Amino acid sequence: MTRLHSFHGGIHPPENKRQSNGAPIAPAPIPAQLVLPLSQHIGAPAEPLVKVGDRVLKGQVIAEPIGRISVSLHAPTSGTIVEIGPRRVPHASGMEGPCIVIDTDGQDEWIEHAGLEDYTQYSKSELINYIRNSGIAGMGGAGFPTDVKLHLGDDHIVNTLIINAAECEPYITADDMLIRERAAQILGGIEVIAHLLQPSHILIGIEDNKPQAIRALEDAVRGNRLNIDVVVVPTKYPSGGEKQLIKLLTGVEVPSGKIPADVGIVCQNVGTANAIYRAVHHGEPLISRVVTITGDAVNQRHNLDVLIGTPYKDLLNASDVRRDELYRLVMGGPMMGFTMNSEEIPVVKTTNCIIAATEEEMPPAPPALSCIRCGMCEQVCPAELLPQQLHWFAKGKEYEKAKHHNLFDCIECGACSFVCPSNIPLVQYYRNAKAEIRQEEAEKQKAEYARMRFEARQARLEQEKIEKELRRKARAEEAAKAQASKKDSAAAKPAAAQDNVKALKTAAAVARTKLKKAEKAFLAAQESGADNLAELEAAFKVAEQKAQDAQTKLEQAEKGGAPAAAGAPDIKALKTAAAVARTKLKKAQTALKAAEEKGQDGVEQLRDTVTELEAKSEAAQKAYDDAQAAPAPVAAPVDIKQLKTAAAVARTKLKQAEKALANAQDSGEGDIAALEAKVKEQQAKVESTQKAFEDAEQGGGAAPATPAIDLAPLKEDMEKALAKVEKAEVAAKNAEEKGLPTAEKMRAGVDKLRGKYEEAKKAFEDAQAQNASAAPAKPAIDLAPLKEDMEKALAKVKKADAAAKNAEEKGLPTAEKMRAGVEKLQGKYEEAKKAFEDAQAQNAASAPAPTVNLDELKADMEAARGKVEKAEAAAKNAEEKGLPTAEKMRAGVAKLQGKYEEAKKAFEDAQQQNAASAPAPAANLAELKADMDAARGKVEKADAAAKNAEAKGLPTAEKMRAGVEKLRGKYEEARSAYEAAGGVVENNTEADTVTLD
Amino acid sequence: MALIRSSSPHLHKVNSTGDVMRTVLLATLPGLAAMTFFFGWGTLINVIWASLLAVGFEAAIMKLRNRPVSFYLKDYSAVVTAVLLALALPPFAAWWVTLVGVFVAIVVAKHLYGGLGQNPFNPAMVAYALLLISFPVEMTRWTAPFVLVDAESSWSVLSLGDTLAMIFGGLDASMIDTYTGATPLDALRHRGGLTTEEAWRQVPVLADGIGAWHAVSAAYVMGGVFLLYRKVFTWHTPVAMLGSLAVLSTLFFAVEPDYFPDPFFHLTVGGTMLGAFFIATDPVTAATSNKGKIYYGIGIGLLIFVIRTWGGYPDAVAFAVLLMNLTAPFIDQYTQPRTYGHAKANRGMKGDA
Repeated sequence: MTRLHSFHGGIHPPENKRQSNGAPIAPAPIPAQLVLPLSQHIGAPAEPLVKVGDRVLKGQVIAEPIGRISVSLHAPTSGTIVEIGPRRVPHASGMEGPCIVIDTDGQDEWIEHAGLEDYTQYSKSELINYIRNSGIAGMGGAGFPTDVKLHLGDDHIVNTLIINAAECEPYITADDMLIRERAAQILGGIEVIAHLLQPSHILIGIEDNKPQAIRALEDAVRGNRLNIDVVVVPTKYPSGGEKQLIKLLTGVEVPSGKIPADVGIVCQNVGTANAIYRAVHHGEPLISRVVTITGDAVNQRHNLDVLIGTPYKDLLNASDVRRDELYRLVMGGPMMGFTMNSEEIPVVKTTNCIIAATEEEMPPAPPALSCIRCGMCEQVCPAELLPQQLHWFAKGKEYEKAKHHNLFDCIECGACSFVCPSNIPLVQYYRNAKAEIRQEEAEKQKAEYARMRFEARQARLEQEKIEKELRRKARAEEAAKAQASKKDSAAAKPAAAQDNVKALKTAAAVARTKLKKAEKAFLAAQESGADNLAELEAAFKVAEQKAQDAQTKLEQAEKGGAPAAAGAPDIKALKTAAAVARTKLKKAQTALKAAEEKGQDGVEQLRDTVTELEAKSEAAQKAYDDAQAAPAPVAAPVDIKQLKTAAAVARTKLKQAEKALANAQDSGEGDIAALEAKVKEQQAKVESTQKAFEDAEQGGGAAPATPAIDLAPLKEDMEKALAKVEKAEVAAKNAEEKGLPTAEKMRAGVDKLRGKYEEAKKAFEDAQAQNASAAPAKPAIDLAPLKEDMEKALAKVKKADAAAKNAEEKGLPTAEKMRAGVEKLQGKYEEAKKAFEDAQAQNAASAPAPTVNLDELKADMEAARGKVEKAEAAAKNAEEKGLPTAEKMRAGVAKLQGKYEEAKKAFEDAQQQNAASAPAPAANLAELKADMDAARGKVEKADAAAKNAEAKGLPTAEKMRAGVEKLRGKYEEARSAYEAAGGVVENNTEADTVTLD
Repeated sequence: MALIRSSSPHLHKVNSTGDVMRTVLLATLPGLAAMTFFFGWGTLINVIWASLLAVGFEAAIMKLRNRPVSFYLKDYSAVVTAVLLALALPPFAAWWVTLVGVFVAIVVAKHLYGGLGQNPFNPAMVAYALLLISFPVEMTRWTAPFVLVDAESSWSVLSLGDTLAMIFGGLDASMIDTYTGATPLDALRHRGGLTTEEAWRQVPVLADGIGAWHAVSAAYVMGGVFLLYRKVFTWHTPVAMLGSLAVLSTLFFAVEPDYFPDPFFHLTVGGTMLGAFFIATDPVTAATSNKGKIYYGIGIGLLIFVIRTWGGYPDAVAFAVLLMNLTAPFIDQYTQPRTYGHAKANRGMKGDA
């Protein structure tokens, strides 16, 4: 036998049950009209399926559940729908609610119905859905949809099923009579519930004031294969409260804010068990229930089997009511029921009792006296609260304190009010306080939302203001720029804006200086009355023009703030500068010669100018050479056009120069030598531009029709689509499980998304195929993102794996899911890897890997080496200090070392490939040389520094020396590479001139 | 007939504050009877006189406060206060002593704080303490039990007429000498160089008259048990109070029996039993929760022993109760019960504990 526990408090109000449990349950007469509220349960109201004028049969579904927590509604008898609209519903407030009104036809004609032949053959969800569609909600009082509770076995471990037969409220005998007469059916219902929940133990809690019912239950239970105990509990209100009964039968308390299932317990009322039996075995939905009609104002106090929707007046008439004495009409028990102020209100699924009380029986509460803190309320409170303290707090509106005293654990059983000697309506105070607190919280929430909205709006306005300001500024700048460019449109080249501000600044300064010099020379020559005055004037003017140009360019560049993109424009500018400098030099030289010949004054000055100009010219030339020697970025397709234009321009210029030369030769005038030089220069230029153009064209032409970069967005699209499909699928499954009505729609959505995904995939694959089939090799730069993808994927896999392992170790229920996720990620990683390897293979197979690749690889390698060194140092450090992470770090070092090796290998492979491939392009040689020179410079610097350190005896000297050796090694490498490429080290100046240009 | 609408519950236990108070009054009857038997008519006269005064003051103050007079008089709370004060006063206390006491209790200690249920201090004890401090001579002149007055006669108490004359007409010196004497607590306190054992043998009120106090205490216990049975209060306060007093006095008595009186003496003389069952259990001024009531009771027992042993006054119940009244709100904050479904009890006033 189960050990009985006890709960705190409780009261013993007069039972008043004898009056109504003498007669057997009788069927109530079918009333002329039934009123069926759409919301007879906790949760969303049902949605009507019928229209006014429809004829319905007994047991026909007239409203279907909406949402998770809802149940169906059935016609309790045959008849015609006459109204669907608001009617008074049983509610403490006396409010109206949507109802379906049926005029009965008295034929009581059943719809075709049959029970389930063997309910154990159905799946749980099918069976639960059947119960939901049978309209069964908790019949104990709260009216919680029963199917929701039966689902609890899915995500809770239900050990104990408690069948509540306590019926602790005075007056009510509906459950008592039901058990006496239909114990076997109740047990049938319990079997169904047990089948669904699979509890290890079933307890039927019943108060000891129902001896006949206890006997009936014990008889029914005897011989049952289930582990059922009928537990007789002492009569004490409120032992039928769910939480109290659980404590009473199991000693377990349901934690505050949790549901019984959280402690492995599910409670069901006996009436509910009976309804389940009727539904499962006979196919009868919940359309009637047993109602106790009692109270001093009725002559016949009894239990009736009442159709849901029967108005009270029909029941009172059937019980021989004395209307003149009827003072208070209570639905439910006297402790927790509520008064009805109309007899039109119908019986609903939760109506277990109607008390028609006289004034003597339930007199109005006497006026309340002051609380004397007698503490009787505390002694009876089943929730172990301090009711009198709560009363003070509620009265004083000290809601924080009330909450702290666990106001929300109050079950409103009314025990405190019952015993209060001062007749204080305590429960009313608590209800009021609870409502106020809820409202306060709702308002707080509202205010919070309002604040968030306001702040968001402020931020938006602010942002708009800033953007407006920016736009205005941009417009002003644009206008200024347009004006400036208009002014200098003749001189300013479009590319000028791109120029490096610094370079321009220098150029401008240089130009200004030159201008001054030229001016001086001009003035000097003028003074001396030189012949070549005109020439000098022209030179001066040119210089002036240049200075202006340079200044304008600088200003534009500065204004635009556009950082110069290193590359063609820069080189062009430098080239121009160099050319200009050369021209000037020549002119000045000419002027000098003339002046010398004529023995004029100011020769010295002119000579100075010439020397200076010479230096300038050289500097400009060098800058230009350097810039050109620097690795040019991979020419974009648009560059080809430019190059073509440049080549054409150069050709034109050449022609012009040739013409000029021819003219000069013909006429014997002018500086033929200079013209010849110009022609040569132009020739060289033409050649170089032509070559550059051709090179670029080749490179560009070799590129596949669809540039490789196109793949990435396609792939992204595809992946996005896939992710969407997966998400939608999960949502759809979820919805299906929960039986949501939206599931079907979601499924359709999934299919649509899948179609999109297929499209995206196809597009991607097509593009891929095209790329692959396209001639030589995707550019090497393609590899990097692929590799990155792959590495990212690998990292994700590792992370997920670790998380999954962790979860598995801890035995978390999510472990399985996570494992699946890991596998998915692994798959992605494999894909990424494959893509990378494919690309690599393709690259490898393709003709000479571009030099830029080598550099990248080298940089990779060096970065890897740097990492290895760093990691090693850190690891050593950790080991020395004996840190627990040392081991891990060591492992990390090994990993990095591996990576370094890979990088090195890749680099060496590439080097070999490069070496094996046809003569390295000229640019390569220059690069190598620059490398070598740079390395040499570094070695020298480092050497000097090391020597310095050694001289000073600094402790870092040794390290520095080692560094020098390393650098020297690099230099040697660079040198050998350069030599291998065909460069000559000894006379590098000449080599420069030979290899470049 | 129109159906009324009201909130649940629709049933009420047939009891009222008036019922509770009447039950308390009923429970004081054995004590009153014992007092009258051993010390004469004085206590009975005082009780009646104080009750009349209390009802008068209550009515007057209710009128002043614009409250329905008869409605509030029916709660009997004023009468209970008056009776408890009168039981604590010396039987021959002069009429004006009672008058001052009842005025202080009803008007000052109760209604100035907001009336029934709002007073932080036990009104009867506020009045008693005030009287003891203000009129120490009148308050410490106790009546001698009849056994000490005349050993020959069977019940040699002062006649009803003489007692009335004594209370309302002023004191007759000859009668004072004959019919008054020290209380046992007083006698033991002022025993001079005698050890407790010697005092027990030599001081008449201890040697022969102690039985009267034992009997009165027993009568109060009877009343207290009746109230416990009627669930007017719970066992927590009296048991905690008597228990702590007993434990403490036992400890000291065990260490130095020559100096400290035995625990039984502590429990059965003075106001101990009246205090334990009728004063400390006043719910208005006591701690609220069961756990709180235990702390509250322990505090009272402890203070009674301390004040009796080392304090300046012979009895200590009034001071102990008043001091613990001060602490009751604090105790309440830290002794909330553990609510159903909660792992532990909340502490303090805010939700931070």
